[in-house]
Amino acid sequence: MTTEIDPITLGVIQNGLQQVCNEMDLAFCRAAFSPVIAEAMDRSDGIYAAEDGALIAQGDLGLPVFVGTMQYGTQAVIQRVSDPQPDDVIICNDPYLGGTHLMDVRFYRPFFYQGELFCWLANTGHWPDTGGMVPGGFSARATEVEQEGLRIPPVKLFKQGVLDPEILAIIQSNIRIADQRIGDIQAQAAALKIGDKRLTALLDRYGRDTVAQAIAELRARAERLMRATIADVPDGVYTGEAFVDSDGVVDEPLKIAMQITVKGDEMTFDMAGSSPPCRGPMNSVIATTRSSIYLAIKHIFPDVPLNAGTYAPLKIIDPKGTFLYAEYPRPVSGCAAEVSQRIAEAVFAALTKAIPDQLFAAPAGSSGNFALGGYDPDKQRSYVMYVISGGGYGGHAGGDGLTNGCSTIGISKSQPIEVLEQYYPVLFERYALAEGSGGAGQHRGGFGINYRVRVRRGEARASMVMDHGRTGPQGALNGSEGGANTVRFDFKDGSTHTPLHLSKEQDITVRPGDVIDVCTPGGGGYGNPARRDPKMVQDDIRKGYYSPEEVARLFPVTVTE
Amino acid sequence: MAKIVGCDVGGTFTDLIYLDEATGSARIAKVPTTVANQSEGVLAALDKAQVDIAALDSLVHGTTATTNALLERKLAKTGLITTAGFRDILELGRRTRPSAYGLTGSFTPLIPRNLRLEVPERMDVDGNVVIALDEAAVKRAAETLVAEGCESLLIHFLHSYTDPTHEKRAKEIALSVWPNAYVTAGHEILSEFREYERGVTAAVNAAVQPILERYLARLTKGLSQRGYTKDLLVMQGNGGTVSAEAISKLAVNTVMSGPASGVMAAARTGSVSGRENLITFDMGGTSCDVGLIKDGTPQVSSELEIEYAMPVHVPMVDVHTIGAGGGSIARIDAGGLLQVGPESAGAQPGPICYGRGGTQPTITDANLVLGRLNPARLLAVEGAPDITAIQARIGEVIGDPLGLSWEDAAAAILRIANDRMAGAVRMVSLSRGHDPRDFSLFAFGGAGPLHAGAIARELGVPTLLIPARPGITNALGCAVADLRHDFVNTINKPMASVDMGSVRDIFEAQITEGRARLDRDGGGTGEVRVIHRADMQFIGQSHLLSVPIADPAISREDLQAAFEAVYWARFEVSLPEIKANLVNLNTAVIGIRQQVDLRLLLDPVSPEMHPESRPVWFEEGGWTKTPILQRSTLTPGTQLTGPAIVEQMDTTTVLAPGMRVEVDEIGNMIVHVGPGGLAA
Repeated sequence: MTTEIDPITLGVIQNGLQQVCNEMDLAFCRAAFSPVIAEAMDRSDGIYAAEDGALIAQGDLGLPVFVGTMQYGTQAVIQRVSDPQPDDVIICNDPYLGGTHLMDVRFYRPFFYQGELFCWLANTGHWPDTGGMVPGGFSARATEVEQEGLRIPPVKLFKQGVLDPEILAIIQSNIRIADQRIGDIQAQAAALKIGDKRLTALLDRYGRDTVAQAIAELRARAERLMRATIADVPDGVYTGEAFVDSDGVVDEPLKIAMQITVKGDEMTFDMAGSSPPCRGPMNSVIATTRSSIYLAIKHIFPDVPLNAGTYAPLKIIDPKGTFLYAEYPRPVSGCAAEVSQRIAEAVFAALTKAIPDQLFAAPAGSSGNFALGGYDPDKQRSYVMYVISGGGYGGHAGGDGLTNGCSTIGISKSQPIEVLEQYYPVLFERYALAEGSGGAGQHRGGFGINYRVRVRRGEARASMVMDHGRTGPQGALNGSEGGANTVRFDFKDGSTHTPLHLSKEQDITVRPGDVIDVCTPGGGGYGNPARRDPKMVQDDIRKGYYSPEEVARLFPVTVTE
Repeated sequence: MAKIVGCDVGGTFTDLIYLDEATGSARIAKVPTTVANQSEGVLAALDKAQVDIAALDSLVHGTTATTNALLERKLAKTGLITTAGFRDILELGRRTRPSAYGLTGSFTPLIPRNLRLEVPERMDVDGNVVIALDEAAVKRAAETLVAEGCESLLIHFLHSYTDPTHEKRAKEIALSVWPNAYVTAGHEILSEFREYERGVTAAVNAAVQPILERYLARLTKGLSQRGYTKDLLVMQGNGGTVSAEAISKLAVNTVMSGPASGVMAAARTGSVSGRENLITFDMGGTSCDVGLIKDGTPQVSSELEIEYAMPVHVPMVDVHTIGAGGGSIARIDAGGLLQVGPESAGAQPGPICYGRGGTQPTITDANLVLGRLNPARLLAVEGAPDITAIQARIGEVIGDPLGLSWEDAAAAILRIANDRMAGAVRMVSLSRGHDPRDFSLFAFGGAGPLHAGAIARELGVPTLLIPARPGITNALGCAVADLRHDFVNTINKPMASVDMGSVRDIFEAQITEGRARLDRDGGGTGEVRVIHRADMQFIGQSHLLSVPIADPAISREDLQAAFEAVYWARFEVSLPEIKANLVNLNTAVIGIRQQVDLRLLLDPVSPEMHPESRPVWFEEGGWTKTPILQRSTLTPGTQLTGPAIVEQMDTTTVLAPGMRVEVDEIGNMIVHVGPGGLAA
């Protein structure tokens, strides 16, 4: 190592590493087949340390929930793969080895520079199917991981650049719509190859030692910055709670008890007192639990850069004995999409008590996963349609919450109706703002959405994994909670059905003319509703966001009529 | 022998170029943009250049009227009539959030909810009527919107790209109760699926149409009062021009016309100069725009987003913009690292050296203290700047926290800024499958030639092309651009089941319509060029690749092969197992305008001046006594080697040690940058 690295070169290398990741993100997303990757951007690409998998850099457009998980996954690969070779690509989707759920498939590529292992390039992409008891993998009723799909340990899918046809054959024999997966496999591997090229160019330009030194320095600086940020939060013990509606099998709420101790420049997160492991698929593996806390903190302090140094002052006590520390063979399909968002909500609720001006009321916090699988007699083919939905964000010190924002852990675009109707035998009767769903407050929550989708041809089965059906997202500083998630089946014969577990249901048979009606949650309100500017209340009425009756009930003092 | 005016209204200046082929002369004018009514600035520029307006053959105009109206949301009051159940599409969008982290962003729809009305009607994806159009409801909705004081109307129905019958009928009914020139039906603007993107694109058109038309009416009136008798031509975002009369129906096409004109000037200059592969680099006061020209053709995209959740899906020259310009502010971030931009000091207070109260060091300040800019010739400055005070300020704000001298701090500002801009060049080249080493960097704008050399060396771009008049490139782009109309039709079928005869028919219909529009522009008589492209994907994908097509009667096999070749170039992946989908057919119909002789741009040769010199700081070797040359003395054939600073009215070119320059016959400086002396 030479003398201390100059701050200018440091800044240039920081940009360079970031750009390598962004290019991998872009290539993966543009070449992918899975709409969950291509449109919903349910994927992430990053660079990880050779020795321990610690996060070096991650793409700006990666799915937030993967920010914390991928370093644990890389760690597991380092421990299990003893002889990485240039151009190898290792595949793994084991949730218990630093993952999320089975559908998030990770690829790892050892990066060699001048013959020596320098770091790892890795990405995660959500495949539309990895086998299991329901198409898409989101079974609301699984009680063991084997029911959720094919579990792949870390194995070399590409051996020195050559795709292993035997491993590929095993995978393709165990998943649905297998013919298109070759496209995703190639896209996912190609993104890492592009990263390899760009990173090689960066090392050529600045030299191996300088880049290595820069990586260490960037990590130290991120840690200093995170510590300085925490030091500004008043010392104290802050608690917050959040509830998952149910695990899908046993109809009881699951509690997340979050206690955050702020002391000096460190935060300690203790989740003891949370519910025990559950029978259904709402268990969270520890990598996802940690990642949910990291992404919540990043949402509160978005300017802190992301690398392993950022996490150093965040001490997370392993929540052993709770559903937030899932061990084999607990089912986990709901952990990445829903439980993670409840964990983040508990962090927000706790820190609202410490730094209310920087916080916000709870966002909708659900991915709104809805799947419809059936057979289209006109096109003579089976199909699986996925719909994801946004909901309202919470009000905050600066203003009202965003309407129809994406999930806390995602950055996903929803699919156009004109695209869904092209591929699947359905007709949307409505796709609208869910009036009245924004939580009342001085700054109200944003609104969820209300859609009605009708089956046109053939029989199908509907499943959903959503949340916040029992209670809406919590308000802050005396703001009210947002509207809850609702699901209702309106059958053609005039009968209706509401899921027993409110937000989770599996395999409800629907026939032509039947309609599924969904309202997603609105965001929580921020501040006392009585303090809302009467002009804004009138404007909300004029735009039909609330009926006059709702306003009279929700904003009692401001109405002067 | 033509007399032509190109005039570009930018954020700060209105630039004009007047070319008279009969006398072989060119005149340029630069006047302040008159923000409230841009036409005053245009007329002032014509006066300043002493143009005989009555004798002009054509006047081509680039305007930021629509872009500004959009970004500042100073829009016409617009109402929406849409399919029952879907009035919130424009508010819900395909919402993500404004930034990946942080949950406090906001979004305001272009049309507020109380002006979005629903009527019973519904087509399905194949164009079958599911619910008949309720004509009485359309009439009531139109009447309601008139009563609300709307000036413009958008009619946007689901699946109208498949069958526009309902939209057309609704428009007739609306017009019967509300005679109005400003009624936009979604399918007229964009015949492509995706209800949010089509709806927003059409809403933009409706909301800027009255603004553009009023502006053009004022300008046309001013011009005809001065005796102008020809058609006014307007620059579009696709890099082509169209008559003022036609553009008022397609106002959305003028969004982003500013960056497009610069790229068109580059394409024309490059082709005359024998360089058909260019990366354009336009750096001004607040931002820099980077575009790419391959084989003489600017890259066009139909998937641009003007700002968060504002997709405008009409073809536009594909320009990547980042917030790095002369006014970009340098600061030390919370992590102790130097950052430059995207915050800008703008024109007020501006860089410290403007003397208008700016206290934060900017890129311009760094260039000044390092001797690259001439303190006596700063365009925007009254009186001489206090160099010593600026040095001290850079030392204090940037140098002290980093432990650097003021010189090293100023150099660091330039290095970080150059690195960010090099990143933008990588984004339009490398990350889209082009190697920057195969291109020349075409630098223009007030600050482009100051920085282009360093960026070229960073990326291994072998040559720079600095045009004769870098500061009025956009105005030149207006003067040289051709007439252009673009068309898109959705097919969206697997290649195997596409009727190739209908592909040919669609292309031919697009050509016919394009020629008809050229005739209406008064430009259909000359040479017409046609460009076809297909948007394709593998079945199951959602992103598209644009595939160039030479022959509208292309065979299925050739189209498949062309797609696979483009796919390989972009991703180095081949997927023989998977079939392709043909999504859209695109045609550009281009009416070639008479080519202007660019030699007119050469200044009359100035007499040899006393050679001046001053110390200039270079990354390669620090402070160096450097000759200062006037651009007007660099006649065609001149050769020189850096270090040198070349000054002209509207820009300064920095030639680092070892850069070799030759001036070509139309006055371009061709700079061979050579390897940088820099090692980290």
